[in-house]
Amino acid sequence: MVSNIKHIRHLYARASFGIRFEELKQAENLSVKEAVAGLFKASEDISPANIIAGNISYKNFLLANEGTKKMFLQEQRQQEKALNIDWVNKMSTSDAQLREKMTLFWHNHFACRTPNAWYAQQLNNIQRSNAIGNFKTLLMGVSKAPAMLQFLNNQQNQKNHPNENFARELMELFTIGRGNYTEQDVKESARAFTGWGFNKEGSFVARPALHDTGQKTFLGNTGNFGGEDIINILLTKKETARFICTKLYKYFVNEVPDALHINAMADVFYSNNYEIKPLLEFVFTADWFYADKNTGNLIKAPVEFIVGLNRQFYITYQNPDVVLQFERALGQVLFYPPNVAGWPGGKNWIDSSSLMYRIKIPSTVLNGGVIEFSGKVDPEDEAFIATTRNQKQAVTTKVQAEVDWDRFFKSIPKSASKTTIAQTILAPALTSSVTEIINKTNDTKALVIELVSTPEYQLC
Amino acid sequence: MKRRDFLRSSALASGAFLIPSFLKPLEAMAMGDMSGYKNMVIIQLSGGNDGLNTIVPYGNDIYYQKRKTIAMQQPDIIKLTDMQGLNPNLSALKEIYDQGWMGVINSVGYPNPDRSHFRSMDIWQTGSDANQFLTTGWIGRYLDSTCSTCKDPYTAIEVDDTLSLAMKGTKMKGIAVENPAKLYQATRDPFFKQLVHQHDSANLNEDNLGYLYKTMIETYSSADYIQQTSKTYNTTAPYPQTAFANQLKSVAKFINSGLKTRVYYVSLSGFDTHTGQQNQQGRQLKIYGDAVAAFVKDLKQANKLDDTLVMTFSEFGRRVEQNASNGTDHGTANNVMIFGGNLKKQGIYNNAPNLAKLDNGDLKYEIDFRDVYATLLDKWLNVNNSQVLNKNFAGLNFI
Repeated sequence: MVSNIKHIRHLYARASFGIRFEELKQAENLSVKEAVAGLFKASEDISPANIIAGNISYKNFLLANEGTKKMFLQEQRQQEKALNIDWVNKMSTSDAQLREKMTLFWHNHFACRTPNAWYAQQLNNIQRSNAIGNFKTLLMGVSKAPAMLQFLNNQQNQKNHPNENFARELMELFTIGRGNYTEQDVKESARAFTGWGFNKEGSFVARPALHDTGQKTFLGNTGNFGGEDIINILLTKKETARFICTKLYKYFVNEVPDALHINAMADVFYSNNYEIKPLLEFVFTADWFYADKNTGNLIKAPVEFIVGLNRQFYITYQNPDVVLQFERALGQVLFYPPNVAGWPGGKNWIDSSSLMYRIKIPSTVLNGGVIEFSGKVDPEDEAFIATTRNQKQAVTTKVQAEVDWDRFFKSIPKSASKTTIAQTILAPALTSSVTEIINKTNDTKALVIELVSTPEYQLC
Repeated sequence: MKRRDFLRSSALASGAFLIPSFLKPLEAMAMGDMSGYKNMVIIQLSGGNDGLNTIVPYGNDIYYQKRKTIAMQQPDIIKLTDMQGLNPNLSALKEIYDQGWMGVINSVGYPNPDRSHFRSMDIWQTGSDANQFLTTGWIGRYLDSTCSTCKDPYTAIEVDDTLSLAMKGTKMKGIAVENPAKLYQATRDPFFKQLVHQHDSANLNEDNLGYLYKTMIETYSSADYIQQTSKTYNTTAPYPQTAFANQLKSVAKFINSGLKTRVYYVSLSGFDTHTGQQNQQGRQLKIYGDAVAAFVKDLKQANKLDDTLVMTFSEFGRRVEQNASNGTDHGTANNVMIFGGNLKKQGIYNNAPNLAKLDNGDLKYEIDFRDVYATLLDKWLNVNNSQVLNKNFAGLNFI
């Protein structure tokens, strides 16, 4: 039974943004299979993002005097911000945790930047609605999304002047990966995508006049191919299944790929015609998923860190800019991946300053920047303690976050020991430093604030 | 009890053997071995600085033909050669140039240039090819390389509150320090101190948890070292009252106080001048020129200029032909500015950009930016450039 609780915690740490005490209460007596089914059930809901009501009119921009341009840019920034915050809220409050977690995966896999928040929302919804559906449908949708067509210059890809950007990234980053195609394949497939673009309304259009109707030879096949044919050919290659599974393995299991496990995943993915659900079920019910070396060892992405904290403590922000500041300080602003390859992740998230922010942010949100210290106080620390206590009110006013402590405390079973609390909040096995914190701290609130301010809390 | 004694005793008591070893090199370090300690300062101009209106090719008629309303006018230009001169807002650099402390490398870029800000900045920061995505920066890989003095994060300091990709390696990363006193203060939270002192050896394995603990301990120790060292130097040189000048002032303080840092990184943004370029770029160039001049003079009087090399770059230059809004759009190759007391080739390094032979309206690069990096790596930081740039670049002869 004890090991079952451990499994459930691990499952939630990876397949959602971390387990809440109330979720643990509900799921602790389930088998892994039942818990996995529960996660899928809760993710059947596909509520799309709809905060951006429509495309901002470029008309004003084109009429352009300095004033209208400025207003246009302001509106654009406002929309970008709103979209970002809306998604953080969704991840933090939605019960469709697995869907949101997978949407975040696809957001990084199909990394894309666009100044147009309407297009960004469209792409995000394509990724959300297909997050645990079929990869082929997802890939087709992404390839026809204005945001991606714009980002990878397919709007400019025309007969006689092919632009290879989309075709290249499609293979290198979205499907079969480097080493499985030639430069000639890039050239030929770029021709197949000529004419793919979007109209002013933000809908996909295949523009026949711009399409190269000649014969193309791609990965050994010859024909008068269009874009969809290229995607279909790419999906017949097992390398595509392996490429996606490697990335998923790194996201859900371990940064270090295990060829045996990844091949097994690729078999499941390929033989199920790229259905994502059976693949994830296979992973979440595999013995190796629960092996010690695969638990508590992944560094949370900044968004996972922020969302996990929001969820655990039911945090709402009166000033959403604070959330954006956190994203920026930690190095992951949603909808702003560093490039088409996405955020590199893992240890790349951590440097001196980002780690300091990670250690400070939880107490800043939960307790006005104060980590109640229960260890022995060195006399020279007294000044520090006095200063932070004095600033507490100012910090609280600035952060403007509301924490539902009542709900949090009610969710912790009366019988739960301090060790159980620590094991639920922290994913890695408890180290002696954590045990020390547990032993010294008797107040539950002080304890949880200390726990979320540790290096251990950075892992899932 | 003195801080250091406290640190040592508590560290030993908890069996955290790492702490004393972090402190040892600091104590062993005397000012004596600081002479000849070479520093490099990288200045990033973000947004794509218009190099043609920075180092102006006033001797070329095409420049005036293509820039009817935004060209710098002859009487205002500070002439350096018959062909090129400084934007008048860089007047403070004239003296620096005349002293032989400034160099200009024209037409620096890379094949298949990318005109997107963030992608091109990525390429410059990682030192990648245009179609290659690297997850580490070139300074980060320098830290990872065989460089013998690179084991501490303060080997590379970015004067900012977050760390740029340029400074991140696989094993090693630089440290972001906006304000040493604030960073020091932040690391002195009693709870944080407890974590630093009471971890056990299991926390220091090669896994991610070990990496987190090591980073935390290094931050703690570096913050202490940077604060204790830099506060010993009192800046007397005058600096302009700008945020950018303050950054350079911090760098000078670090250098002059004898901080064992090899690379400093600062940036100034606001160069994306699509509209009303003259005022906008002029303002930024003045901030830049005045601050750099003050910085160079400060180092000179502290006898550090010969041991310091400054390189300024931007992610791309701008189109040769101006646009309809009195601005310029994203372009390609650009000039790189070098400062130092020990330049082998002072002044203009190579021919002014060729404005007659353009590639779709943009300058063709003549020098790969990685040849500039290679020069810095080989001749200034003493590490074989192929270790950092993943292939060997011949390099240049300005140092």
